[in-house]
Amino acid sequence: MNKVQNNKAWFLVLPVFALVAFSAIIPIMTVVNYSVQDIFDQNNAYFVGAEWYREMLSSPRLLDSLLRQFGFSFAVLAIQIPLGIGVALMMPAKGRMAAVWLIIVAIPLLIPWNVVGTIWQVFSREDIGLFGWSINAIGIDYNYASSPIAAWITVVLMDVWHWTSLIALLCYSGLRAIPEAFYQAARIDRASRWAVFRYVQLPRLRSVLIIGVLLRFMDSFMIYTEPFVLTGGGPGNSTTFLSQELTKMAIGQFDLGPAAAFSLIYYLIVLLVCYLFFTIITHQDKVK
Amino acid sequence: MAEIHLKSLAHSYSKNPTSASQYAIREMDHIWEDGGAYALLGPSGCGKSTLLNIISGLLSPSEGKVLFDGVEVNNIPPEDRNIAQVFQFPVIYDSMTVFDNLAFPLRNMKVPEVRVNTRVNEIAEVLELEELLSKRAKNLTADEKQKVSMGRGLVRSDVSAILFDEPLTVIDPHLKWKLRRKLKQIHEQFNITMVYVTHDQLEASTFADKIAVMYGGQIVQFGTPRELFERPNHAFVGYFIGSPGMNLVEVERADGGVMFNSIKVPLDNSINAILNESASTNIKIGIRPEFVHVWEEPTDGAFECRLKVVEDLGTYKILSIDLDGVEFKARIEEDAPVPTDKVYISFPEQWLKVYLDEYLVDPTHDALEGA
Repeated sequence: MNKVQNNKAWFLVLPVFALVAFSAIIPIMTVVNYSVQDIFDQNNAYFVGAEWYREMLSSPRLLDSLLRQFGFSFAVLAIQIPLGIGVALMMPAKGRMAAVWLIIVAIPLLIPWNVVGTIWQVFSREDIGLFGWSINAIGIDYNYASSPIAAWITVVLMDVWHWTSLIALLCYSGLRAIPEAFYQAARIDRASRWAVFRYVQLPRLRSVLIIGVLLRFMDSFMIYTEPFVLTGGGPGNSTTFLSQELTKMAIGQFDLGPAAAFSLIYYLIVLLVCYLFFTIITHQDKVK
Repeated sequence: MAEIHLKSLAHSYSKNPTSASQYAIREMDHIWEDGGAYALLGPSGCGKSTLLNIISGLLSPSEGKVLFDGVEVNNIPPEDRNIAQVFQFPVIYDSMTVFDNLAFPLRNMKVPEVRVNTRVNEIAEVLELEELLSKRAKNLTADEKQKVSMGRGLVRSDVSAILFDEPLTVIDPHLKWKLRRKLKQIHEQFNITMVYVTHDQLEASTFADKIAVMYGGQIVQFGTPRELFERPNHAFVGYFIGSPGMNLVEVERADGGVMFNSIKVPLDNSINAILNESASTNIKIGIRPEFVHVWEEPTDGAFECRLKVVEDLGTYKILSIDLDGVEFKARIEEDAPVPTDKVYISFPEQWLKVYLDEYLVDPTHDALEGA
């Protein structure tokens, strides 16, 4: 084979480079730049190397909120995935009722984050909120403004309410793609309802569930608005998650150096978890 | 083992069918005998799959009964009918290994694991799947998957019939032949009633002892491949079986026979008598291309016609012949001399069939028998 050497061809990929540079590389590099310097004002910036990173990684504030963050994402996934599958299984396959269900299920997805926060802020109030008032009326002490547990329950409930629909819709579409013959064969093979779910439906929901888990993990890991609207991260620091911690640091205290190091660490954690999850899942496929 | 009897069976997908055209299956009586290998042959949309699903119980017929060995099974769900069904697209449980796939029906029946083990190995040997037992079913080729789904039917020792719904559709042509032979072999070995749905006549005739040809929701003929070929009971059977199918020409009554355009075809008196009894104007004559006699020289009783096209298929030739505006096909030997332009054809009386209202006129039988 004779390869034609034509370096002018590089110009053809230039637009892509430019685009990626402006949309990703330059902004990220700005952050990288901040994260290795201590900047006092326009004329006084000192290179500090990895110091901010060291400081951040040993900061109890960051570690606490990181722990809370993992706890939150895990709780949310543990509830939303099974619940979403359950809802999808219950939804009718066709007919007018299927359309009605789809619309009802899709509604929470259309509501903006801060509205969701406001809805639950009011809904869960012990004095005027239907939910909060009812819980207290049956004799359970529930006040998200004073009890960390109540605040956690509210935040998780809110996210479940907002995002279970996404899993449900993904699974619903996955279920509809299963040919009728699979169910018929399973009937003839005398499979129980559970066996049909375990061996016919679940394996075929695998790919949509991978997407669902990834989306929900990333999204819940970056949650900001809802707990902020609900309690501002309180009571105390009990619902202060990573993005809120970051915002406080960058905007509230204007500690750009540590905040930049923090956000890069944050970014790498999301990337790492998604990468690990995806690699493990796809690796399993190849094993046999 | 079971004899499957369909008794005045009919099925419609609409709730209150008002006309015959709303029936997917028109009223029929049919018996699949115990241990037979049958094919259900017909064009797409003729009701074959509907009929199969009624037998397996996936569909409940709107009228009539399904009897297994004389016992009505209408209200018995598919899981309790002791039948297995192989679908057009291979159905496997892709998260399981081949072994687990084959063991699945047995495990659902709570068969002891020791018994499952021996049975699965037995069936895997018959189907030549032993090497693949520990492989994930997902990674198999289409023909292996189809064998696995067949195997799931065979492992159950209580299976009395296996129904195949166009099982070779997704199989590579060179493997079709192999798999078909395997089916045949399994039939001989297990002596299970098998009903095989297909729209491919070659598949049907290589697999089955007897073929039921379905058309418009009815079984129009049930017979051996040879019977279907030599004595099609219904004009559709003539047209559908054979390659090319039967030459069928619409004709009118004429003195001592029938005619189309200016061509008069004399018929036997017994046939004429039957034709004259009926008021119907739907009369056709049919003759298979194999039986059209082609002459190079004018012959007694032969019609002069024009040769249009010669197709050489390697082992034989197909002539397209124009007889007074009507096209006939004739099949001749590869080595037979090909006439040019003008040819003479005659229709041997034995092979010339007459169809009244689409059904064969046969003076020796009741003309409307067969369905």
